[in-house]
Amino acid sequence: METLSLYLCYLGISVRSQMQYRVSFVIRTLAHFVICGIEFLGLAVLFQRFGQIDGWSLAEVGLFYGMISMAFAIAEAVARGFDIMGRLIRSGDFDRLLLRPRGTAFQVLAQELQLLRVGRFAQALLVLLWSVQALGLAWTSSRIALLLLAIVGGACLFSGLFVLQGTLCFWTIESLEIVNCATYGGVGAGQFPLTIYRPWFRHIFTFLIPVATINYFPAHAILGRVDSLGSTLLVQWLSPFAGFVFLMASLRVWRIGVRRYTSTGN
Amino acid sequence: MSACLAMLDARIRVLLQYRTVAVAGIATQIFFGFVRVMTFTAFYRSSAAAHPMTHEQVISYIWLGQAFLLLAMFGVDNEISEMIRSGTVVYELTRPASVFWLWYSRCVAARIAPAAMRAIPQVLLGWAFLGLQFPASVLALLMFCLALTGSVALAAAISLLFTLSLLRTISGEGISRMGPALVFLLSGIVVPLPLFPQRIQPILNALPFRGLMDVPFRLYLGQMTWQEGVLALAQQWGWIVGLLLLGRWLLALGVRRLVVQGG
Repeated sequence: METLSLYLCYLGISVRSQMQYRVSFVIRTLAHFVICGIEFLGLAVLFQRFGQIDGWSLAEVGLFYGMISMAFAIAEAVARGFDIMGRLIRSGDFDRLLLRPRGTAFQVLAQELQLLRVGRFAQALLVLLWSVQALGLAWTSSRIALLLLAIVGGACLFSGLFVLQGTLCFWTIESLEIVNCATYGGVGAGQFPLTIYRPWFRHIFTFLIPVATINYFPAHAILGRVDSLGSTLLVQWLSPFAGFVFLMASLRVWRIGVRRYTSTGN
Repeated sequence: MSACLAMLDARIRVLLQYRTVAVAGIATQIFFGFVRVMTFTAFYRSSAAAHPMTHEQVISYIWLGQAFLLLAMFGVDNEISEMIRSGTVVYELTRPASVFWLWYSRCVAARIAPAAMRAIPQVLLGWAFLGLQFPASVLALLMFCLALTGSVALAAAISLLFTLSLLRTISGEGISRMGPALVFLLSGIVVPLPLFPQRIQPILNALPFRGLMDVPFRLYLGQMTWQEGVLALAQQWGWIVGLLLLGRWLLALGVRRLVVQGG
């Protein structure tokens, strides 16, 4: 409980500092919204040209897109603090975190809440609402529940990836561009049903980085479509929990990283 | 002139230092290239209709796009924007050389060095393993190289414009963030321009952004006759001159109302 209030205190500081430049904040959030919209425009152009992709329409793909983008937006807002791990380690500031009577993962997580990610979230939500509308899906309570579960599970999965990215800095000191393959690659790949890709690629994003579990499987249950990979309804409902498991596992790896940390500062 | 060349040379040397970054970048770009190739493959097998480009041409177009990605990716020049923010831009203005051309040289260097470091290995890998076709003919290759030169000059001009927009801090911040995403889409790197709907083709053809990616790539693939190619190159250089004039005017305007902060 006390941890929660401390977390809120940290967030309050982060929000207040972002609100110091209010106009700038509004412009950046709007820009983020527009940029994501332009990205979706590219998708729309493709469907205009080809009509469908392996039997999936733009509206159906819109559901995949909306789910994964909302999850990613939440993770970016909450867990981007791990992005600056390289800087914390190079400057030696990580030592200060070690001296405080709270977990290091908690402190790194709490140092930033990127409010401007509201831009991506809003754009993804609009796409999702449009998609549900266009497909004529009813908002039943089970559908809403599974949607929320998948989005929260996805947010956990991507947060876990950010934690791993930060953990990597204990070894490499620098943040590496190649990690984007897992994060942005995961978001990009998950915008489409994973069956359109080659099997080796699909396996990476099912078993290694389980994007399929928070997107592909639950989306089938929400759309009421039969999965060509043969997953059952039970699997489709349970799979989003893999996101939570992934986050837990990432935090374990984080602890290993902290243990081998040697300070660069003086 | 010689000051600008010296700046160009020095910046290219600085930027060529980042070799590990380039290797990591190449791996990342090839990964995303695979994703895009698989997506387009799925689209092509889903539709029996005839399209303005064949599947093989699109694959080549994608790999060229990944190889020359940095010619269409725009951010602002961090050092210049920091100078504008901190007020040290004043020192730049006191130099005995045109600040506009010095900055333009910086932008050209910022396009040449990383693009060359990433593009050459990727094109070689593309030919060997990834299904990148060879140029359609010797003439096509020649035209492609000419168009790439223009592409570098054009990309540098566009990136300088984004940076100069920062001289108007508030509206500039929006432009320098949203603009690049729009340019990215209109250059053909997200979806090859020939695949856009027929009715907006005239707009795409009139805009400068096809000169970044689409024109060189279509010349490479032999999708343009040499007459069309010459016209496209003329248009490309016309836009370069036009955008540079616009940039000079923006800079002059910016300098006139520049309030230097700090002491």
